[in-house]
Amino acid sequence: MTESRFINFALPPWLSAGPAMAVLLFFLAAPLCIVAAYSLMEADPHGGVRAAFSSEAYVRFLFERDWDGNLALDGSYAAIFARSFLLAAAATALCLLAAFPAAYCIAGQPPERRGLLLLLITIPFWANLLVRTYCWVLILRDSGLANTWLSALGVIASPLPLMYTDGAILAGLAYSYLPFMALPIYAALEKTDWRLMEAARDLYAGWWQTLFRIAVPLARGGIAAGCIMVFIPSLGAFIAPDLLGGGRKLMIGSLIQLQFSSSRNWPFGSAAAFVLLAAVLLVLWLWLRRGGAQKAQW
Amino acid sequence: MVTGAGQAAKMPGFAAWTGVFYAFLYAPIVILVVFSFNAGRSATVWTEFSFAWYARAFANKSIQQAAANSLIVAFSATAAATFLALLAALALTRGRRFRGAGACHLAILAPLMIPEIVTAVATLVFFSAIGLRLGLFNVFIAHTVFCIPFAFLPIWARLQDMNETLECAARDLYADAWQTFRRVTLPLAAPGIAAGAMLAFIISLDDFVITLMVADAGSTTLPVYIYGMVRMGTSPEINAVSTVLLAASATVAVASHFAARRARK
Repeated sequence: MTESRFINFALPPWLSAGPAMAVLLFFLAAPLCIVAAYSLMEADPHGGVRAAFSSEAYVRFLFERDWDGNLALDGSYAAIFARSFLLAAAATALCLLAAFPAAYCIAGQPPERRGLLLLLITIPFWANLLVRTYCWVLILRDSGLANTWLSALGVIASPLPLMYTDGAILAGLAYSYLPFMALPIYAALEKTDWRLMEAARDLYAGWWQTLFRIAVPLARGGIAAGCIMVFIPSLGAFIAPDLLGGGRKLMIGSLIQLQFSSSRNWPFGSAAAFVLLAAVLLVLWLWLRRGGAQKAQW
Repeated sequence: MVTGAGQAAKMPGFAAWTGVFYAFLYAPIVILVVFSFNAGRSATVWTEFSFAWYARAFANKSIQQAAANSLIVAFSATAAATFLALLAALALTRGRRFRGAGACHLAILAPLMIPEIVTAVATLVFFSAIGLRLGLFNVFIAHTVFCIPFAFLPIWARLQDMNETLECAARDLYADAWQTFRRVTLPLAAPGIAAGAMLAFIISLDDFVITLMVADAGSTTLPVYIYGMVRMGTSPEINAVSTVLLAASATVAVASHFAARRARK
């Protein structure tokens, strides 16, 4: 931030920044408040809510109410949350493993070639997520390419059940958010001084040591930013669990969507949305508090 | 300056791994595109080259309607979001400092931090609570909200980077505030505005989760229509429509890349 600023914009803030704020307040903040309120109301079995206070929606995460109204511990929703965290973490790890060497390699190229290689990562980054996930349906379903080719090679006799598995969701998530990992790592490595790596090699560090003691620490900010940018959307993902996990393997995102469509339990869906939002904001807050945004050099 | 890594900084196997990385990134898309030109019904066995599925998709009235909806929403939401974002960015970079500017900046970026599915259900619940049922207009409002930060970021970055001396000089030479804005600030900020608008356009065109929850039967957009088709079972028609959608976003992505490069020179 500069101390003095050239002021040539005479519109008062309420007229300039005001309209955007009004739109965001009215169409984003207010809806979120309504979701918070709905999560504390009773469900109307026909959809919507009844105006009566109830903490039932939050109780449902851990307990199941039987016909007599007694609470019994029920782990099925907790399991969906746990699965979402595990799948998001696994997708993050896979993306990191896949993207770091590529980002390192691209950052080390001469500048003119870097532009093209970077553009090739940016195109899938902006390509339609639904379509990109649908590509995996073509590959993984029973009559899909993977099964066709494997049986043509004689590796398998009958089609492997690849779809509707955690593995399919994981592949879809990792594929969806791979560019989100590669770009920040590249941005961090692009600014590093390659002579540091060369000096390490000259001083008889093995490439393994050079990688983990020089290159990785230098790219730490980019790695953290990439992990955040993969983990957060993976945690709330809807498309990958819906298309590749079917109705059988839910994640938080598909659980929420279900409550507002076929299950018609708006309070429970609202509560789940709030828990997801809280988890995401917590992760972001921890990252920002440690100066993550500055370290990523953006 | 750094002009690339010397031989000593290269890691063994990384170049090959980078090849695998790009193959992984593009193989599924290539499969989709190749099989969209397949004459047979099968999406796995190649028979012969044909545009038949494109012809069928283009002749499909529902697809035409969905594509029209997508374009109407994308253009109008882009215009609205870019306008709102430009005003806000000017207030934050060229206007008088005001209390709450930091909160204002954070609020503009909020749609980026909130999970899409949460925004989707919140918008659904809100529209049903206030009883707003205006079909495509609801979709337009929802899209404008999440497009604002995407339009804002490039504009804000450009205004931050722009050297203010030219604007100062214009004022010194007796241009009034409006002339300075119109003749100096706006043309200099144009690449940022264009980049922001293009981003907003792709984001709107590609949005699926929020539109799925907000759109009613008559205001289906292309991604939502594709989703409906996928749920009914795969057909080569989906591949054809999907390829068109991919081509559209790839075109805008490439255009914005070259526009940004030109702006930097």
